Amino acid sequence: MKELINFLSIPQYAFTSLLILFFIGIKKIDFVGSKKFGKILFWGTIIFFLWAMTDSVFFATISWPDNIPIGILIAIVLWSTWFSIHKAVENDARIAKGEPPIEGTPENREKVWTWPNLVYTELFAIIACTIFLVVWAILFKAPLEEPANPTWAPNPAKAPWYFLGLQEMLVYFDPWLAGVVLPGMIIVGLCAIPYIDINPLGNGYYTFKQRKFAITTFLFGWLVLWIFLIIVGTFLRGPNWTFYGPFEFWDHHKVVAENNINLSEIFWIKLLNVGLPQNIFLREILGILGTIGYFASVPLITKYWGKNYLKRMGNIRYYLMIGLMLVMMSLPIKMYLRWLINLKYIVFMPEFEFNI
Amino acid sequence: MSEQRLSLNRREFFGWLSTGWIMFAAASTGMASLIFRFLYPNVVFEPPMDFVAGFPSDYEEGVDERWKNGFGVWIYKNEGKLVAMSNICTHLGCVPTWLPAERKFKCPCHGSGYYPNGVNFEGPAPRPLERYRVFTNADGKIVIDKSKVFRAEKGEWGYPGAYINV
Repeated sequence: MKELINFLSIPQYAFTSLLILFFIGIKKIDFVGSKKFGKILFWGTIIFFLWAMTDSVFFATISWPDNIPIGILIAIVLWSTWFSIHKAVENDARIAKGEPPIEGTPENREKVWTWPNLVYTELFAIIACTIFLVVWAILFKAPLEEPANPTWAPNPAKAPWYFLGLQEMLVYFDPWLAGVVLPGMIIVGLCAIPYIDINPLGNGYYTFKQRKFAITTFLFGWLVLWIFLIIVGTFLRGPNWTFYGPFEFWDHHKVVAENNINLSEIFWIKLLNVGLPQNIFLREILGILGTIGYFASVPLITKYWGKNYLKRMGNIRYYLMIGLMLVMMSLPIKMYLRWLINLKYIVFMPEFEFNI
Repeated sequence: MSEQRLSLNRREFFGWLSTGWIMFAAASTGMASLIFRFLYPNVVFEPPMDFVAGFPSDYEEGVDERWKNGFGVWIYKNEGKLVAMSNICTHLGCVPTWLPAERKFKCPCHGSGYYPNGVNFEGPAPRPLERYRVFTNADGKIVIDKSKVFRAEKGEWGYPGAYINV
């Protein structure tokens, strides 16, 4: 059983299963949002954790002071995602019957004053939060390490938990892309959501059916890409940033064959069996064309998929959205290329510090 | 004498306005110069850029770690050539670890791996470890000069100074 879980949590299998589960979940959203599924999820997770805690390796990982809050946060993410889907499914059923959503019923439309209703709640939230942090600080010592030394790095060297998704992304990308361009695009893209998504439905109440595409896209980027990468980076990466299953001992000498090669090498040396051309643009021509082709596929996407969105959203919004989508999808595509053919870089120009 | 004036006349108004702006500008300049000064610390603890690393005969074949902690340099001696390698990963600047058993350098941050000669083969590192200038001084001792860097992808590893014959 533990062996099976270790095997299944290898990133390529875990990611693929998560991808499949995600889209099954979106298809069967009514079941995912039901109380029954909530109970299964809740008790299933608790039983799994209680069982897994008996394993010393799993317990050591999960109870390391750095990791405890991350574990709690992941539980909260699971719970709040399920809870909002539950609310949305309830509302969708009501809307299908012709009733208003729960938030739109007369008794819920009643308005109350900010003072004292909201301010009191906030005050108590602040006090509770402070108490929690103080107790936390007393119980768990801050995991400080020795003074920084520019010629030595801890092994594994991990970023703060909220950056571990980025650090995991950097395994597949050039730092220029995964450290600057993609995080910038994430922030800009999140800021742009209210301007791109002008669907007035779902305003003030939970719904899934009326905002299917928006919610699916967001949950995909949030759960499947971001949270998954944080979990992998936090719990499943050990010394030398090697992958270790949740029940696998951190053996410093674990040998993983990951000889990565560039697309130009695959094309010129393996396929054509000639040496790499001298001219670097000729050398990287396949990758350059592929990258341009990827972003030039927008008219095709529009033709087969996006016509209705284009009509509804207008030109600027639509093309911004497609651009952001393509950038987001480049992450799983690059991850799969790495897993399937050990691809390092699609375009490889260290001469200009430009690698894709 | 008894009546108190509540408003300023034009000359007084401009007088106050100028005073205010001058003081504001002075305060801003002072603050900015303080910040600027703060960017340049009084004392900088930086190891010297060049150092003497003993005789070539002091080194065994293969990777030598003795200067790694003090100066961030690995010495690699192979087939009659001795080079000085930077210990900064070319991916994102972490410090790789030398794994003697696996005979490779492995970066703890994103898993980049390098052969003992510094050529990258694993993980995301885009290019080989950089090499520093090495030469022998009048005593026959090795001098490593970190201010000059030789990069493989630019074809600089064959340049004079990138290695010494031993």
